[in-house]
Amino acid sequence: MTRFPVVSAVANVLAHAPGLVPYGSKPLRDLAADPGLASALAARLRSYDAAVGYPPNQAFIGNRDPETLRALPRPWFGAPDPGASSDGAFGDLIDETELLGLLKLCDRARLVQLDASTLTAAGAGLVRRGLATPEEMAALAPATAAAIDQPIARGEAIALRVDGAVRGAIARGHEADEALTANVLLENLAAKATGVLALRRLVRQVAHRLAPDDIEFVIAGSEEAVGDRYQRGGGNLAKAIAESAGLGRATGFDVKSFCASTLYGVVNAAALVQAGLFSRIAVVAGGSLAKLGMKYRAHVAKQMPILEDVLAGVAILVERGSDADPVVRLDTLGLHTIATGSSQQAVVEALVMGPLAKAGCRLADVDRYATEMHNPEVTEPAGSGDVPAGNYRLIAALGALRGELAREAMPEFIAAHGMPGYAPTQGHIASAVCYLAHALRAMRAGKMKRALFMAKGSLFLGRMTEAADGVSVLVEA
Amino acid sequence: MKLDGKRVLVIGERDGVSAPAIEACVKSAGASILYAETLCFV
Repeated sequence: MTRFPVVSAVANVLAHAPGLVPYGSKPLRDLAADPGLASALAARLRSYDAAVGYPPNQAFIGNRDPETLRALPRPWFGAPDPGASSDGAFGDLIDETELLGLLKLCDRARLVQLDASTLTAAGAGLVRRGLATPEEMAALAPATAAAIDQPIARGEAIALRVDGAVRGAIARGHEADEALTANVLLENLAAKATGVLALRRLVRQVAHRLAPDDIEFVIAGSEEAVGDRYQRGGGNLAKAIAESAGLGRATGFDVKSFCASTLYGVVNAAALVQAGLFSRIAVVAGGSLAKLGMKYRAHVAKQMPILEDVLAGVAILVERGSDADPVVRLDTLGLHTIATGSSQQAVVEALVMGPLAKAGCRLADVDRYATEMHNPEVTEPAGSGDVPAGNYRLIAALGALRGELAREAMPEFIAAHGMPGYAPTQGHIASAVCYLAHALRAMRAGKMKRALFMAKGSLFLGRMTEAADGVSVLVEA
Repeated sequence: MKLDGKRVLVIGERDGVSAPAIEACVKSAGASILYAETLCFV
């Protein structure tokens, strides 16, 4: 019997980017209104060691399971994770110098200037990690101080800083095009670079059995808008990422639905493989520069570290079905139609009850639900609550309403089938897909049979509709 | 709280209660909606 297409490899990566936090949407606007905020913000940025040692980051890159965070005392930033490493089981947590080097490596429009010492240090780090070759790093030319400083002084470029010192710059792409300002291009290049980080890590993971040329198609599902003034969301960052990851035989496209983008990318990839168009597709998502420091005000006010200082990336390999790996159940998708409406009950019915009914499963037959996995330590100080916990309560409540679960059993259900949030608030990556790596590992070890991934997209933010969107898919060993 | 005849501004949250859902309740209680928006905090 032919199985559905499988998930055979996943990379989860992070890039520490404290120097880019001032370019996050909220910090950027606040600093423009009050430049005096800069020192208060800078004082609460954390070191690379602190970011690596942060237990939720260790969970994200695979050095601990998210469920184990429950046993750690809060605040999690209060104590570094013993045995923390920037080499994760699922991918790397690179430092900001390495990230700047990746920006330069991914720069095809000659926008990025970096000084020699930063480029050298970046190259050493990326080569050690097996993420770049010495040859390709050596091909990148360092910039003189004048080449960095003068465009910044003329207002044609913005500074790239490490520990407060200017190490480079990124230029605007055009003198008048609002879609090609230096800030927009930095956002897009950061998404590209972290997508490349994830895809290169994925390629390394499967290098024992696959060459880069064996991946025929790449689907990207992130939330940047790549384009120019005539086509602001033209897109296809997928192909740019594939090119910079060395996948010469691939082409690709982007899938977009706000935070549901990446999970839709996985569904799309499985469908294309199932239809016989391709044997192997990589789904990739880069991080969101705009969301850096989104809740910094609350963190600074509460004298916490600014926790939104990392860009995230994920890359997923979807292939023709084998017996070894978990399948993407294309026969039981959860879809949020226009008629579904936006009440929480309707959304959970569409995305949870729908697939379960199609699969002939009850709520408890799913070992783990992966929903909006945002780290509560980031969101609670800002008054946004514990987002995963809220989502799990809704699922459990609907189960109780339908008589599948006793009301008193709800907390136990949530503890057994849910998990603490651990993902950085990087939108589409926190939305379910950040758990694929963990589920794959558990299913391969025989510890998990079935997981439901559900992602939601806030379409209403774009003002074209009041509707939200969502998609869900069962992954089964 | 009696909403009958009142004018209401609705701020919803995607992972909480969305604006259209609040609107439906508020309208059924007899209020009129001046403004409705759903926010997303993540």
